[in-house]
Amino acid sequence: MGIRNETLALPGIIRKSWQQRSNLGWLACTACTALLLSIPIITVLYSVLLPRSEVWLHLRSTVLPGYILNSLVLAAGVCLGTSLLGVTTAWLCSACNFPGRRFFSWALLLPLAFPPYIIAYTYTGILDFAGPVQTLLRSVFSWQYGDYWFPQIRSIGGAITMISLVLYPYVYLLARTAFSEQSASLREACHTFGASAYRTFFTVILPLARPAIAAGLTLVIMETLADYGTVHYFGVTTFTTGIFRTWFGLGDRIAATQLASILLLCIFAVILAERYSRKAVRYQYPVKPRKNRYYQLSGPKAVLAVFACGAPILLGFIIPSYQLGIWTLQTAPEIIDMSFLVLFTNTVLLAAMVTVAVIVLGTLLAYGKRVGTHPFISHAVNFSATGYAVPGIIIAVGVLLPFAWLDNTLDAWLQQKFGISSGLILTGTLASLVFAHVVRFMAIGLNSVDSSLTKIHRSIDDAAQLLGNKTFDRFAKIHLPLIRSGIFAAALLVFVEVIKELPATLVLRPFDFNTLAVRTYELASDERLADAACSALLIVVISILPILILNRSIAHGGVIHGSQA
Amino acid sequence: MAAKLEVRNLSVNMQDDSILRNVSFTLEPGRIASLLGPSGCGKTSLLRAIAGFLPVSAGKIHVHDRLLSKTHYTLPPENRHIGMMFQDLALFPHLTVSQNIGFGLKSLNRNDRQVRTRQVLELTDLDCQGEKYPHQLSFGQQQRVALARALAPKPEILLLDEPFSNLDPDLREQVATGVRKILKHEDVTAILVTHDQHEAFAMADEIGVILDGSVEQWDTAYNIYHRPKTRFVADFIGLGSMVPAKVLDACTLETEFGHVKGEFDPEFTSGQEVDLLVRPDDIPHDDSSPITALVEEKRFRGSEFLYKLRLISGNFVLCYAPSHHDHQIGEPIGIKLDLEHLVVFERKHPD
Repeated sequence: MGIRNETLALPGIIRKSWQQRSNLGWLACTACTALLLSIPIITVLYSVLLPRSEVWLHLRSTVLPGYILNSLVLAAGVCLGTSLLGVTTAWLCSACNFPGRRFFSWALLLPLAFPPYIIAYTYTGILDFAGPVQTLLRSVFSWQYGDYWFPQIRSIGGAITMISLVLYPYVYLLARTAFSEQSASLREACHTFGASAYRTFFTVILPLARPAIAAGLTLVIMETLADYGTVHYFGVTTFTTGIFRTWFGLGDRIAATQLASILLLCIFAVILAERYSRKAVRYQYPVKPRKNRYYQLSGPKAVLAVFACGAPILLGFIIPSYQLGIWTLQTAPEIIDMSFLVLFTNTVLLAAMVTVAVIVLGTLLAYGKRVGTHPFISHAVNFSATGYAVPGIIIAVGVLLPFAWLDNTLDAWLQQKFGISSGLILTGTLASLVFAHVVRFMAIGLNSVDSSLTKIHRSIDDAAQLLGNKTFDRFAKIHLPLIRSGIFAAALLVFVEVIKELPATLVLRPFDFNTLAVRTYELASDERLADAACSALLIVVISILPILILNRSIAHGGVIHGSQA
Repeated sequence: MAAKLEVRNLSVNMQDDSILRNVSFTLEPGRIASLLGPSGCGKTSLLRAIAGFLPVSAGKIHVHDRLLSKTHYTLPPENRHIGMMFQDLALFPHLTVSQNIGFGLKSLNRNDRQVRTRQVLELTDLDCQGEKYPHQLSFGQQQRVALARALAPKPEILLLDEPFSNLDPDLREQVATGVRKILKHEDVTAILVTHDQHEAFAMADEIGVILDGSVEQWDTAYNIYHRPKTRFVADFIGLGSMVPAKVLDACTLETEFGHVKGEFDPEFTSGQEVDLLVRPDDIPHDDSSPITALVEEKRFRGSEFLYKLRLISGNFVLCYAPSHHDHQIGEPIGIKLDLEHLVVFERKHPD
């Protein structure tokens, strides 16, 4: 009976009561914030309507098909790689018992700490002609240059491998949760019909986990399409590198934005497809599932399982960390100086500003959604959180265009009226950079606060209200204490994401403002891989933090935050 | 302290659905009422309209002659002096029992707040639990905390939204009786929503049976059971069956048990075909009776058997017999018809 919907029927009394008026204030704030956050995406979508330029026509007839093809191959390859790695390991860790299962089940998340571009730089260093692997091969077999064939890491295949190695944990995590939530009776029922473990897996277990795997793959596709560092370094031309080149190389901002809009539409299509597939198949268990018993593995099967789970961790985390560690030891004395400290402070400062803004605005939006269940509000809020699905480069483009226009307009007006110049107060300062990051990572804050809030039953609000509390009081005394841990987790995630972020920072940073990620990129682009290791390793170390938290919150039956892109 | 609650011609619509239609009743100070009805009948909505969570489309709600709701006007819940106990209890998980109870006592000074908190803790048998958190208590204790919290600000009206539905049926009656004692001690006007008639009987002074958003009958428990006004109430409350009868005169019916005398609704005229409600307790088992019926089904209930009997006409009646009267299925047993007040409905033709 209408526990959810009654506030819908309120318009008639809004004028009458103070209570509803204070809600109205909250709703107005929510709507404005949501609108503000939607500016970049609206800008990019709007660019579709602008007239096509010469450059655009040139792009379309020359490089655009290549961008599309490469992006598609990349996304498909990474999907294949991550689902192989992710689903296998998830199944082993959730259904089988073998030596080291408990260790593997959290260590498999570790590669997530590597941003794709950093693992790409590291492996390039390892596998290049002058790297330790080829050097070793040459010295063992006394080969010379040209005597042997060695796979070229700087290729689309290399990019697929690198990105898969660090993104499979998304699939692993969601699939593992789905597998372990399946009721034991389901598996037992299959066995009573004489189905083997193998057949049970392919006919029942896997199809049931399909929505979760699809959700994981959607995240993987977003991250892959958003990647700039890896593909740029490997010389693979995709949409992101194309947008960069059009903007900076060809200097056509409109054409770059139009290019971005195509990528954006593709991403929306992926999201819609995922949502649709989730809607079409909704599996629900009427009763609380019983815990599954593990298949006990021993002998060769156990060895195989250890290998299957160990290899991704070895390749995706241990080897690159080891290499970064060695490089860091070699170069630290030169690299770590005052300028490195400034770099570090800059990065932390930027991340802290973005985090605070995301948490405050995210809480405002999530609470606004709770107070005003008007469909418009929740649509607006949801739309403002789509930034997480949108590559940083697109957001950067969407921020630069309107902000540059604002800067110029303001400056011109001030010049004319007062004869003073405001300079570029938005695009020339941290303002646009912070704003872009807030747009990009709002979903993390919002989803986290939102899911913590949803866990608080509505009757708690009602009880507090009956006991005499106004909206804001209710928020401060009841909701805030209850969502504190959700807010903390979200803050950490956002903080780390900002530190890892590369393309948007690269485009939007003010002159002379560098972050760890950008510095790593610059050094690696100059082929100074060893020198890049200090900042890269620091990024990886910081990125491990939320993984530990993530793992703990899953162990406590928590919800995975920010995974509903 | 206790206040009179008056609901007049109340209607509630949600989107385009009519949830409540023309509901009226008055609850005198200190009385406990129960809203009884199948799920989805609107009883919880009625409660939420009284609490101020649902705006009303028509009609008025008064407490103590103070207007709470009318069309386009809803006094906010926090200004109504109404307490509520929720189905899921809605205890604040991050506050201790005492803090939960003190939550609604903001207007009191520190000392008074402590005194009142201690008072309700004692009243609800929670003397030593004040410093614990809700999750450290048993479910029964949590329920009492919810009751204590709702009672602490001395509300004029207390609303209880199926708070005992998570208990075993046996325990439910017992708890309801205990809560009734506490409510009477606190002298509060209260409304309990439930779908369990035994809970309603154990707790309430008067009962409102609700069907499809309207009050079918508002009466004492005794009258609801023995003098149901509609066929639905007769069906919904207790067991029973309908036996065809014909009106002979203002106080006599002709049935297959012979002529039955008693008072009934005067609007039925002689010669009219009617249905007579027969409760199992209206049909005492009597081996010496000339009227017999065949045992069709039987259910052992410990202290008694509930027999479903087939009359000669093919109609069925229910009958309680002491449990040592163990008859076999198919066996004829003697019964009497022992009715004081005749509950008669227009004959329903099977369609």
